[in-house]
Amino acid sequence: MTELTLVQAVNRGLQEAMRADSDVLVLGEDVGVNGGVFRATEGLFKEFGAERVIDTPLSETGIVGTAIGMALYGLKPIAEIQFLDFIYPAFDQIVSELAKFRYRSGGQYPCHVVIRTPYGGGIRGGLYHSQSTEAYFCHTPGLKVVVPSTPADAKGLLLTAVHDEDPVLFLEPKRIYRSVTGEVPEGDVRVPFGVARTVREGTDVSLYAYGAMVPPTVEAAETLAADGISAEVIDLRSLVPLDEAAVIASVEKTGRAVVVHEAARFCGYGGEIAALLAEKAFYSLKAPIARVTGYDTPFPYALENLYLPNAQTIAHAARATARAT
Amino acid sequence: MYRYIARTVNEDALMAKSTAPKSSPTAEGASEGSLTPERRVAAYRLMVLARLTDERCLVLQRQGRIGFYVPLQGQEAAQVGAGLALEPGDWAFPAYRELGVALTIGVPLGSILDQLFANSGDVTKGRQMPNHFGFRSHNFVVASSPIGTQITQAVGAAMAAQRRGDAIVSIAFFGDGATSSNDFHAALNFAGVFKAPTIFFCQNNGWAISLPRAKQTQSPTLAEKALAYGFPGEVVDGNDLTAVYRAVRAARARALSGEGPTMIEAQVYRFGPHSTSDDPRRYRADAELEAAKQKDPVVRLQKELMAEHLLDETADRAIWEAAKAEVAAALTAAEKTAPVDPHSFLDDVFASPTPRLVDERVRFEELLRDGVVKP
Repeated sequence: MTELTLVQAVNRGLQEAMRADSDVLVLGEDVGVNGGVFRATEGLFKEFGAERVIDTPLSETGIVGTAIGMALYGLKPIAEIQFLDFIYPAFDQIVSELAKFRYRSGGQYPCHVVIRTPYGGGIRGGLYHSQSTEAYFCHTPGLKVVVPSTPADAKGLLLTAVHDEDPVLFLEPKRIYRSVTGEVPEGDVRVPFGVARTVREGTDVSLYAYGAMVPPTVEAAETLAADGISAEVIDLRSLVPLDEAAVIASVEKTGRAVVVHEAARFCGYGGEIAALLAEKAFYSLKAPIARVTGYDTPFPYALENLYLPNAQTIAHAARATARAT
Repeated sequence: MYRYIARTVNEDALMAKSTAPKSSPTAEGASEGSLTPERRVAAYRLMVLARLTDERCLVLQRQGRIGFYVPLQGQEAAQVGAGLALEPGDWAFPAYRELGVALTIGVPLGSILDQLFANSGDVTKGRQMPNHFGFRSHNFVVASSPIGTQITQAVGAAMAAQRRGDAIVSIAFFGDGATSSNDFHAALNFAGVFKAPTIFFCQNNGWAISLPRAKQTQSPTLAEKALAYGFPGEVVDGNDLTAVYRAVRAARARALSGEGPTMIEAQVYRFGPHSTSDDPRRYRADAELEAAKQKDPVVRLQKELMAEHLLDETADRAIWEAAKAEVAAALTAAEKTAPVDPHSFLDDVFASPTPRLVDERVRFEELLRDGVVKP
């Protein structure tokens, strides 16, 4: 075990995968000589060279499209998109191509590309370095979408992504790249997809979060504990596939649910969790399901602290939900 | 100073098929290609103001007084030269490094600083990171961070002006990295097909964050990409104010005469980091920077003006002192300006708020009232 930051854990996961299999390669903007703008690929260029750590021209569609071709040919490309906000030139390649190759070829052409990308706000990044638009991708059948919130999960989920047979969008919560540290196992220790993590057990209310919203949700649970409210915190970490059983089991225990994400509320991922609970745990619910989310506006620069959920707004909503009769 | 129509090695074959006019686009603009001595001194003042603003803003960012900054040092002649060549009514579609263009077309320094501070004087209401300027008053269309997206939009504005019969041009500003973007290629293709009165003004500053120009494209020049789309591309020395001015004037004249677009590649060098989030020492040799600084556009124009007796040391000192005082005064004013209204982030999503947004405002007001969120 080694104590690492989340971004260091991503780096170790990449290194581990590349050492184990020469078919694994990394491509993206500034990933080579510069080591990535967040240093996620630091040292890889030196160890694996320019043929496996590829600095590309400035074209997201070029990055993802060529990664698809490489994957079809049998390599295991890990594409980096510098910010999730910049992924849209590649949206066509992702939703029309990557997610549909297996299906449209009747299973002849599975297409396994991992796309890593930092997402989310709280870094004074304004409209185009802050967004949390996972819902677009979760809505696309054929794509897996995962979001770690701890260094161990960052490495473990990344290794699973590299060895998966399907395309994976690997969302990295850049706000906690360096603020969260934790023990990370050495070697090829994988964290399976489709398994949520119970961060904290509780009996009065279930708080569901993922990525950079997990730390403030845990902080909110601690505040609630001081008020005599026992909150359970579930880190979803795998959005597609979703651990439906864990989501349902928690509400069967607590009867109350609050879903937290920083993305805009309307058609956000929290709506899917709420619908799942309404469909499959309706008779366990003792209160309306609450959502604590970003607002239905583009992401503001100067006022991001008002826009983003935090421990206070999460605790506020959870308290109301826990006490609703 | 050097200018030429960019050609590939296969130029004869290419040009035989090209719809581009055989004559140099600069020739027809030559008559209006000179700047008066007074305008060159005025340009120098603007370049000094841009340089000093830039130096000050880098310090402000390090001190945490502004959140971020995109420097332009090394690109002053390209930006001021291009800006001076425009006329009122022309539309600029900038990227995020065009502070010098904004100053040149008359945007007050105070308005620029208000955006950097994201205060209540910021006409874009603190919505964007520093340097993402937009001033409708000056037809300076608000910039975004995604690369290249403004280039197609500039073509559309030019097509609209053409349809309305307005004698204006649009000019798209972008860097070397943007020539790899989808929008660059779509924009040049559309502009060629529709003979849009657009100027594609590429400031090739050598680096797209850490990627050197040589790894961005195998084309010997960026300008020659225009040839493939059927119109001229031209390389100019972006450190030469007059060369830039002449090239843009010529492209403007060509556009207004109905002959269509021109691409101009202004070759410059990015003296600073890509942004304050970047550390160029990781990927760039100091020697390269030092060599580029020998061609500093501000120093170059200073020497030219002195050699021509348009400037002496006393006048030069006065220009620097005046610029310094202007920056200091504007900075004091910007820092005194109140922050943005905390409710304002809920505005401008639509022309009028949807029921959902009305609800969200209520939710936000309640959180404020209960002290759950604090401005």
